[in-house]
Amino acid sequence: MGSPKHRRRSSPLPGFASGLTVTVAYLGILLIIPLGACLIKTASLDWPQFVAAAWSARARSAYFLTFSTSAIAAVIDVILGTLLAWVLVRYEFPGRRLMDAVIDLPFALPTAVAGLVYSSLYVKNGWFGQFLIPLGIQGSYSRLAIVLVLVFLGLPFVVRTIQPLLGSLEGDIEEAAASLGANRWQTFWRVILPSLRPALATGFALAFARGLGEYGSVVFVSGNMPFKTEIAPVLIVQKLDEYSYPEATAIAVVLLAGSLLALGLISWLEARNRRYAS
Amino acid sequence: MHLSARQTRIAGRHVANEPLWLRILLIGISGIVVTVLIIVPLVYVFVQAFGNGPAAWWAQLVKDRDTQHSIFLTVVLAPVAVLLNTIFGLAAAWTLTKFRFRGRVLLLTLLDLPFAVSPVVAGLCILLVYGMQGFLGPTLREWGMPVVFSWPGLLMATTFVTMPFVARELIPLMESLGSDEELAAVSLGASRWQLFWRITLPNIKWGLLFGIIQCHARAIGEFGAVKVVSGGIGGQTDTMPLRVEKLFQEYNNPGSYAVASVLTLMALATLAARILLERWTEYQLAAMSEEKEG
Repeated sequence: MGSPKHRRRSSPLPGFASGLTVTVAYLGILLIIPLGACLIKTASLDWPQFVAAAWSARARSAYFLTFSTSAIAAVIDVILGTLLAWVLVRYEFPGRRLMDAVIDLPFALPTAVAGLVYSSLYVKNGWFGQFLIPLGIQGSYSRLAIVLVLVFLGLPFVVRTIQPLLGSLEGDIEEAAASLGANRWQTFWRVILPSLRPALATGFALAFARGLGEYGSVVFVSGNMPFKTEIAPVLIVQKLDEYSYPEATAIAVVLLAGSLLALGLISWLEARNRRYAS
Repeated sequence: MHLSARQTRIAGRHVANEPLWLRILLIGISGIVVTVLIIVPLVYVFVQAFGNGPAAWWAQLVKDRDTQHSIFLTVVLAPVAVLLNTIFGLAAAWTLTKFRFRGRVLLLTLLDLPFAVSPVVAGLCILLVYGMQGFLGPTLREWGMPVVFSWPGLLMATTFVTMPFVARELIPLMESLGSDEELAAVSLGASRWQLFWRITLPNIKWGLLFGIIQCHARAIGEFGAVKVVSGGIGGQTDTMPLRVEKLFQEYNNPGSYAVASVLTLMALATLAARILLERWTEYQLAAMSEEKEG
């Protein structure tokens, strides 16, 4: 139950002024001032300088790689995550609780560890690489390597968004569909999947956002070759190592704007979808 | 208790189940996915770290000065960042759920922003304000408080990236609890500390603990933001994840995996704590509903 809508003055509860002060000061020092500094630094460049820094061929290929690998990984996560959530909610089998527990590991495992391990599993004499590389599948120091490690990182976001919703779906609708002659597949495709759509969109957005910003694991697995396997965050660090701060900042602003735009678009589509549904 | 509750729930739904072969197929694929993506990498860390026996593993951790310091730094920094974010999370959740005011929605949006900001960009932003080339950096240095390339910068970067975890856990929880209990306590003359310790904290303690565990896990593992502000001075500003990378680049695989295995153990401890906490809250909820029924 929501509390009655109290105006701040009419609320007899204490702590408004001090709470607000702490919140605003904290956000100011840690978030607003630094992000503002990023924008001010960029504004000190004139337009041709900005374009030269933020829109070079190398930077463009880095943005493209960042957004495409994140999107592909998020799509794979949505498919695998739906399967895992389904199996975990609907079926009883030995090892179910273990499976349920380890799905959270990518949340808790430091990304550097994930990168370290993924970079050695898929090389020529690695555990997976010895079978995959003869088949022509390069699972490390390639674009595929980036997608693989991003799939790992994003998986729990999708599973944990879909799981509660799938668990709360009522059986009646499915029974109704079945009694009207729908087979299991039709029931899933026409009845269950549409009601999961908001959760699928949220899961996609979370996994996608995680991928866009990721640095720690990708830097281990990708090989970081300009124009081939260099993502935008790696390029920013590269520019910082060369002490070209303005260039790094310009790239950062484009990456930031792109992330915010993409996430805004997803939540807008989601909201619109929901309105159509109701 | 949890298991039986779940079984009755599923049984009570009378869902027409898929044919056996399909169920086995789906479970099998899921098993393979989880094994390949999660379990094998997890096992691999320990196989590599303990490949030469526990003594060699221990030596890697203890003999190397820089590794020792990185462990010390991470073990000290992460809890401080978590403490700061806990204080912030409590203040923000209290302000944003108990009061309605102009700018509230803006603050809620800002709170989610760190999720959309790449850690590398976060580190860069801190560098731009507090670094030597930055707006405040030279002044701070004159005061003898250099931020960048020293521990305050590492703390700031870690705190930035893990900022939303506690607040995000508390806000929906406190919103759903409402403020009737607090209003009653105030009308009976409770002081603000009594209000917090006796009413609010007992109601939110499990959610708070959950948020703290999440926040702590991310704080330990933070890499991108910390790397940008650390300057990578061995024995001074390398945290454990940075140490993993540095050893890896020096082709010191045993050392790298030794540090990685400690980080993995911390992650497993986090998972265990979470699972215990979930069980405990479920158990309590079940006990409460039984009390109501009986």
